[in-house]
Amino acid sequence: MSDEIVAISGLTKRFAGVVAVDSLSFTARKGEILGLVGPDGAGKTTTLRILAGILPADTGSALVAGQDVLREPEAVKSRISYMPQQFGLYEDLTVTENIRFYADIFEVTRTVRQQREAQLLEASGMSRFRDRLAGQLSGGMKRKLGIACALIHTPQLLLLDEPTTGVDPVSRRELWSILYSLVFEGVTVLVSTAYLDEAERCHRLLLMHQGSRLFFGTPTDLKSKLPGGALSIISSNPQALQMATAGEQGVLRVTAMGDELHVVVDDPDRRLDQLRERFDSTGISFGDMRRIPASVEDVFVYVVSNQQTQQAREQ
Amino acid sequence: MNRAPSIVVDKLMKRFDTFTAVKQVSFQIHAGEIFGLLGPNGSGKSTIIRMLCGLLTPSSGSATVVGFDIARHAEEVREHIGYMSQKFSLYNDLTALENLQFFAGLFGVKGSALDERIAWALKMAGLAGSERLLTGELSGGWKQRLALGSAVLHRPQVLFLDEPTAGVDPLSRGHFWELIHQMSREGVTILVTTHYMDEAEYCNRLALINQGLIVAMGTPTEIKHLAIKGTLWLVECNPLGRALAVVKQAPGVIDASVFGAALHVSVDASRQPLTELPTFLASHEVRVDRIELISPSLEDAFVSLTGDRTFSDESAQ
Repeated sequence: MSDEIVAISGLTKRFAGVVAVDSLSFTARKGEILGLVGPDGAGKTTTLRILAGILPADTGSALVAGQDVLREPEAVKSRISYMPQQFGLYEDLTVTENIRFYADIFEVTRTVRQQREAQLLEASGMSRFRDRLAGQLSGGMKRKLGIACALIHTPQLLLLDEPTTGVDPVSRRELWSILYSLVFEGVTVLVSTAYLDEAERCHRLLLMHQGSRLFFGTPTDLKSKLPGGALSIISSNPQALQMATAGEQGVLRVTAMGDELHVVVDDPDRRLDQLRERFDSTGISFGDMRRIPASVEDVFVYVVSNQQTQQAREQ
Repeated sequence: MNRAPSIVVDKLMKRFDTFTAVKQVSFQIHAGEIFGLLGPNGSGKSTIIRMLCGLLTPSSGSATVVGFDIARHAEEVREHIGYMSQKFSLYNDLTALENLQFFAGLFGVKGSALDERIAWALKMAGLAGSERLLTGELSGGWKQRLALGSAVLHRPQVLFLDEPTAGVDPLSRGHFWELIHQMSREGVTILVTTHYMDEAEYCNRLALINQGLIVAMGTPTEIKHLAIKGTLWLVECNPLGRALAVVKQAPGVIDASVFGAALHVSVDASRQPLTELPTFLASHEVRVDRIELISPSLEDAFVSLTGDRTFSDESAQ
């Protein structure tokens, strides 16, 4: 397809015997948010660094806008922007001074810069803080400034490494709304996150675990991977409910939360009745009990456990 | 569950020069309860924890931890508490066993209790047989359970957890919380500070804190229902950009934001969005493919209860 901005095929990277990225393949289209989702150590950062042209791969190919990143990393650098977890902001420069510094590095002309700077400050809600020193911004504000700096040369592809880690939920939502506004302008965004709940905000997902691809597709497709669904049972003592639920037929996984039991089952409607009868007959009290949509985390745990069982069988 | 309060906080206040970090906060935590202090960066969570650990003196107000006054009996308080943070507690260039021995020494665990507690911690962490591995080489889940083991070697009655599972994979996280639930069943009181919603969901009760004040307190379910004005709807529509631009003018719409390929729209409870929203959007040439009622998440509640004040917080710094 011609609107493919990123095409990765068979990408592998080893560090001293450890396979950080293991024959990874995926694509990203113009104007989509692709989420690289997985826990720490899944290979997300390595993948982004290879795409940014700052880390060579061992084998495989990586194309950005049709150009080969592995052979000609310099050729793609004007089209992309990479924001690592520790983005280089100058703490003793103000917000606008930081933006101007990056504009100069990327050789943005003065007229373009002035217009773009105003637009980026406005979109990130930072116009009021333009003269504040970067060192005096909160964590969330620093990330937003980082994104503004990374966007000053209007890249086609934005690579963001865990932009929301350590950022509180209010700033996290603001960051996501900035990403959505970029997508409306046709920018492609690759964003890594260790928060599985953020996966649902992406158009497509690359679910990673130990360097390998577990899943690639839309969040809706991902959820269809889970046979059955999830139940929520409100209770003042979810641990007691957990013990009564764990051995029941059709129950795949039970998690006791603070005041809720989260149960993944093979057949939600049938198991709902079965569990209700079981609790009634044993005299365990429970509150509201209903079917809920499965979460990305439910599917992740299901797919990883399946894979581990399969590996154990093969050995 | 034992219902006696294990931590009592009464009008606790802490001022640094002209800045009031904690403003007259009061709450009680029962023995065996898992209680979460949930708030954005800079909301006052850490200041409260430091006062409860006896590391900071309150400007006014009082608090007791397992019956000891934090201002007058800070030493006794420290003997009865454990503290664990995902980030800071372990030495990466020591082995798992050496880390445990170090913390045992620090907490004065001696004699036959020493061997017994270290063996217990290794078993709990799943590290029995691997105790000679360097801590820096352990995976996130193992490290985290080792940190937990180190924090509770001296059998504290109260355990403070500071963002204990940030970044750990979901399988290990589930295992970790089972261990915490087990301690809570044995009567250990657990106070968690976090701004991660997935950690907050594991708490029996939560206090939402913003700018040094408690803005809501209750079970996770209570807080979700308390915070959301109106009802929350998932709207799949096309084109999304135009929909977002116009939907806030639709009848009864309180707020709207993009969520993946759809919108989340909160609507005044008295309205009929099932019919009203598609009609309104159609008049702006937006086609609605699907609309359904969804449950608010803890994050929705958090944003709704703290969101309005974040910017004033920024400018006050």
